[in-house]
Amino acid sequence: MPDTLTKFIFGRLTLESLPLHEPIVVGTFVVVALGGLALLGAVTYFKLWGYLWREWFTSVDHKKIGIMYMVLGLVMLLRGFSDAIMMRLQQAIAFNGSEGYLNAHHYDQIFTAHGVIMIFFVAMPFVTGLMNFVVPLQIGARDVSFPFLNNFSFWMTVGGAILVMASLFVGEFARTGWLAYPPLSGINYSPDVGVDYYIWALQVAGVGTTLSGINLICTIIKMRAPGMTMMRMPVFTWTSLCTNVLIVASFPVLTAVLTLLALDRYVGTNFFTNDFGGNPMMYVNLIWIWGHPEVYILILPLFGVFSEVTSTFSGKRLFGYTSMVYATVVITILSYLVWLHHFFTMGSGASVNSFFGITTMIISIPTGAKMFNWLFTMYRGRIRFELPMMWTLAFMLTFVVGGMTGVLLAVPPADFVLHNSLFLIAHFHNVIIGGVLFGLFAGIAYWWPKAFGFRLDPFWGKVSFWCWVLGFWLAFMPLYILGLMGVTRRMRVFDDPSLQIWFVIAAFGAVLIACGIAAFLVQIFVSIRKRAELVDVTGDPWDGRTLEWSTSSPPPAYNFAFTPIIRDNDAWWDMKKAGYRRPLSGFRPIHMPSNTGTGVVLAAFSVALGFGLIWYMWWLAALSFVCLIATAIGHTFNYHRDFDIPAAEIAQTEEVRTTLLAAEGARA
Amino acid sequence: MASTAITAGAEPVFHLEEEHAHAEGGSTMLGFWLYLMSDCLIFAMLFAAFGVLGGNYAAGPAPKDLFDLGLVAVNTTMLLLSSITYGFAMLTMDKGRVGATQAWLAVTMLFGLAFLSIELYEFAHMIDEGATPQRSAFLSSFFTLVGTHGLHVTFGIVWMLTLMVQVARYGLIEANRRRLMCLSMFWHFLDIVWIGVFTFVYLMGMLR
Repeated sequence: MPDTLTKFIFGRLTLESLPLHEPIVVGTFVVVALGGLALLGAVTYFKLWGYLWREWFTSVDHKKIGIMYMVLGLVMLLRGFSDAIMMRLQQAIAFNGSEGYLNAHHYDQIFTAHGVIMIFFVAMPFVTGLMNFVVPLQIGARDVSFPFLNNFSFWMTVGGAILVMASLFVGEFARTGWLAYPPLSGINYSPDVGVDYYIWALQVAGVGTTLSGINLICTIIKMRAPGMTMMRMPVFTWTSLCTNVLIVASFPVLTAVLTLLALDRYVGTNFFTNDFGGNPMMYVNLIWIWGHPEVYILILPLFGVFSEVTSTFSGKRLFGYTSMVYATVVITILSYLVWLHHFFTMGSGASVNSFFGITTMIISIPTGAKMFNWLFTMYRGRIRFELPMMWTLAFMLTFVVGGMTGVLLAVPPADFVLHNSLFLIAHFHNVIIGGVLFGLFAGIAYWWPKAFGFRLDPFWGKVSFWCWVLGFWLAFMPLYILGLMGVTRRMRVFDDPSLQIWFVIAAFGAVLIACGIAAFLVQIFVSIRKRAELVDVTGDPWDGRTLEWSTSSPPPAYNFAFTPIIRDNDAWWDMKKAGYRRPLSGFRPIHMPSNTGTGVVLAAFSVALGFGLIWYMWWLAALSFVCLIATAIGHTFNYHRDFDIPAAEIAQTEEVRTTLLAAEGARA
Repeated sequence: MASTAITAGAEPVFHLEEEHAHAEGGSTMLGFWLYLMSDCLIFAMLFAAFGVLGGNYAAGPAPKDLFDLGLVAVNTTMLLLSSITYGFAMLTMDKGRVGATQAWLAVTMLFGLAFLSIELYEFAHMIDEGATPQRSAFLSSFFTLVGTHGLHVTFGIVWMLTLMVQVARYGLIEANRRRLMCLSMFWHFLDIVWIGVFTFVYLMGMLR
């Protein structure tokens, strides 16, 4: 084949782009490929493709989409954590002249991929999945405002994840750190495909995130059951609302700034270059205008989870509901006024740094108010130490430490010393693991029975809990100490042998966390095996307080046979106290959205478009772009997007539940 | 616990007997408005980039050497007129007149195309003079801001064409009215953004 034709078809993709010279990557590829083939084979063998396609991939049911988000988050957690433990191992052994086992080229990709994956493809899917599953149930709705858009958003997130995963085996990932600061990420210093993978993976996933944000805001504003005023919404719904406002008000900034970076790289413009008037610090400013709200996007929903859990397992109404709501709103607003604290060392002067330092410190006030609200909710409550409550307590102890080191870093003179050090690394892992991840585990343990109709096995849950909590403290406290001693982040080898012991301790912590993850997987596996023992037919295993516990577990496709009327905060608690009886007759047909495969197709074209742009296969990019637009337009010609569930079918579903409840009542 | 008027006297009511019909697309206007605000934020970023970089000519051409305010005025007129004619399309839509609605949409589209043609002519002229997007940060941010607006107008025209086909096929049914309302918001939004571009890029650029 003539050279020009090869170049036309494959762009800059050649056989050399495959990392065959990296034995670790090849090994990983073999394992992933074999695992993937086994999975595909199993799905084919058990003839599950049709089922998966009809019941899950094309589903517009918010509960199923929520669960799929959680699965995505879990899978990507394994990838992101592999990166983490590789880094820990490298840093623990690269002393006394040893180069460790990772070369610089590979190591730099690993720390970049770890950050990108953990934030965009672990924390975000987990949080979005939780909101997707819980919010419509908590507000008494049948689905979200735009069910098709919800499915599409999910698949765009998957599309981004696929591009990141592809970079592991085809080409390379960025070697720039997770925010890809120029000029390092510019075409002159990163001429390879790594940064392009970064850009297009985030752009594809970002579209999904923005749309899902719009969707959930509309759902919460427009779809609440009658009687649920704003100040009667469950706190998780409130924090979800604020999070989605943050998403819609910050992700477009990320889209814009990555577009500008892409223009610099593809067109040769001069936004962030060192010459022709470009300004790299503008990138740093813009990306943190997205980036700081992003950390609150991650943590706010989990504050909601902790509120629900604390209140449920203390058997009390949440202390200070109103102050909790206002604290959330204040955090939402303040999160836009602190971005510069990520680069005090830019040199913007004392006045600017003071302003951002003070706004940063002020955020600790509403956060502290929340902490006290949880404590006062527990005060004189009958606390049940179930798994979700244990995670909540671990969070309260851990997060406070992370919060205090955050306030410390908010002091600009201190930041000049600690900037870019492992102290910072320890701080943000302290709040992200101690806050976001602990909250996710609390939320998963709390709502798992709602999603599947049986509880998670408590024993393996507790194993996972202790491994995670102890592992976290063991892994990150040494990093605080190292940071105070001035060790900077992203180092591959070290000269000073006295530091090694701390890195070894940290590596042991990471191993303990690995056990925590393994125990969590075992917990899921064991629970599924023992699902008959762990079954809950009441739909209300924790003596819950909010509406999601009023329907069956798992909830029927239509969520509620009759739209509930809300009379108080903690609507379900109020219903139970006021002598609620389940309606057994008088069912009406329910209007529901139909499934569609358009979301999958659109996301697939987006991935192809991204891949084409990354490898300069212009024909592929153009073709998939045209297909993308054509499919989207074609979809608008379908006016029949919903159907009615007949009353008889609802009566039948409800009858099954009545029988189960009667049997349960007879046994008790 | 029971606190509200619903419980007064009788048995408490916990659910609706009749399904209150969720008006189809009841959230669409809010959702589209939120989308527009997110798009507005993208433009805000591009304006900010222009604000920071707009004076960095890198010894290259400056606005005074490049802009032809007369041409831009004509261009602005095209876009403003297209907004007025879209308004007429909406008025005729409310009266249920399919033919007139389609005619006004077609006129709107023609004004939109005129706007785009003039913009492309302006771009071609600038590039011809060596004022390419690569020449300086000022030109990078200029082309990106104005070009992004132009891409939005292009997208709006494709959307309008699609809607005209759909109105021709299915008439002014509820779903189509809703879509025309969304496009209306989109189109007027682009008009407002252009007023920002005209003011901050062209007029104030000439004053620099």
